[in-house]
Amino acid sequence: MTTEMTSLQRVLTTLGHQEPDRVPLFLLVTMHGAKELGLSIQEYFSKAENVVEGQLRMRQKYRNDCIYSFFYAPVEVEAWGSDVIYREDGPPNSGRPIIRKPEDIKYIEPPKVKETPCLIKVLEATQQLKAKIGDDAPIIATAISPFSLPVMQMGFDKYIELMYEHPDLFDRLMKMNEEFCVEWSNAQLEAGATAICYFDPVSSTTVTPREMYLESGFKIAKRTIARIKGPTATHLASGRSLPVLNDISQTGTAAIGISVLEDLTEVKAACKGKLTVLGNLNGVEMRKWTPDQAEAIVKEAIAKAGPGGGYILADNHGEIPWQVPEETLLAISESVHKWGRYPLNWSIDESDEA
Amino acid sequence: MTNQTDAFENALLSLNKIAAKKLISEIAQAEGAMQCVEKIVVPVMERIGSKWEEGNVALSQLYMSGRICEEIVDTILPSVDPARKREPNMAIVVFNDYHFLGKRIVYTMLRASGFELLDYAQSTDIEALAVRVKEDNVKLLLVSVLMLNSALRIKSLIERIKLTSPETKIVVGGAPFRFDPQLWQEIGADAMGKNASEAVDIVTTFMEKIA
Repeated sequence: MTTEMTSLQRVLTTLGHQEPDRVPLFLLVTMHGAKELGLSIQEYFSKAENVVEGQLRMRQKYRNDCIYSFFYAPVEVEAWGSDVIYREDGPPNSGRPIIRKPEDIKYIEPPKVKETPCLIKVLEATQQLKAKIGDDAPIIATAISPFSLPVMQMGFDKYIELMYEHPDLFDRLMKMNEEFCVEWSNAQLEAGATAICYFDPVSSTTVTPREMYLESGFKIAKRTIARIKGPTATHLASGRSLPVLNDISQTGTAAIGISVLEDLTEVKAACKGKLTVLGNLNGVEMRKWTPDQAEAIVKEAIAKAGPGGGYILADNHGEIPWQVPEETLLAISESVHKWGRYPLNWSIDESDEA
Repeated sequence: MTNQTDAFENALLSLNKIAAKKLISEIAQAEGAMQCVEKIVVPVMERIGSKWEEGNVALSQLYMSGRICEEIVDTILPSVDPARKREPNMAIVVFNDYHFLGKRIVYTMLRASGFELLDYAQSTDIEALAVRVKEDNVKLLLVSVLMLNSALRIKSLIERIKLTSPETKIVVGGAPFRFDPQLWQEIGADAMGKNASEAVDIVTTFMEKIA
């Protein structure tokens, strides 16, 4: 395959477990758009137009194969009534939880997506991005899974206690979160998003044992994803996936975001023909990489997961830290363009030599 | 002891609080509370922590096990008990960001290991934190973060604390340190705990040296 594909064609081909012209690059930058526009992170996310401009510039600068319409994780709990705490050099955090004791679950109601200003802003940005980008590149939107949203709704410790100690209230919360997640995902697809990144770190075996996942996060994902009217990619945000990869493939999702804690060769073998692998560059260490290191790491990832398609190069968390410099991102992009071109004959030659 | 530690671990991982409590009460009665904590509770929590590190136990199990242990140890060794390890002063804080689970697990594990420590909750204010460390004569400060920017900002916190409390040791922990094993040295920390059981080991070693 030598003909140059559009980013969208490239991504769709790899999702079909075939080799496109090159390994697609998903540089999941959120805050770097603010740097590019010379705005503070808070100012940047205050207007849809800023994010639109930021994402378009990021795509051009880094030859990125996607547009990432994700603003910041707490936007969803902001919609439920929580505060957002901004930082000058990192992603916004969610403020005081909206559920302070389990009994509060009886009295809360999910927000209506199309009547909630912070969500409307994301939808406006998605519409504007779609108008600009057309079918050249996929627009990746995000929704926090119903099973993972409570970490921000009530705090991680209280949520774990809820899972084990208050099954009725857990079920009630999941029902509300499922409705919200479906409505939010479909609104973003309607606005022009191509796919939904279903963020579900709590389903990782880093957080939840498999037996518990099968009774909770798995069933919830299966029900929720079935009602989302577009493709989904499940992301465990740096958490481990290998023990539940086969289960995740049965939730109806098309791709999986992989942790740097797991070996790409092993993961790719487990996902073959079932899930496209997304990952797994170490975002935390990335800020210190030299261009040569970036090239070596990208090359290794492509050699391990690229052959046969079904692979998208990305970071392992779903968000590149603010501290990662432009030079490193450029080196990553350059390396994907250099080493990611199919067929990957060099990787076969090198593995033969080894 | 092996049968007892295995039984205790099984009880914790299956969240069988009644069985765990019964087992520990019996051993504490026969051998003394602190002996029981040191020979059974601490090794089992270390084992569960290592299993999490290897990917064989989930964070939710680690957290719930810690909670059960803390409750049991509070019964056999109440916080006012003179056998509790409370000197020199130690404190724990979530710094700069708002993610509390890691700190909660470490706090719980330390208390379940018989330590008493000050809980500074959360702080973004370097000056206020340094003043508090000085006023409380804290000799060991445990700092927990989740975000990379928070981890990097600990460097300024350490520099400020060392100005007024040069003897104070600072131990850091949290996701950024797990994903970048050299980061703790870059920010000038005295040590890094990859997980809660490592934190207990580090604290035990430091406390022995400082005391």
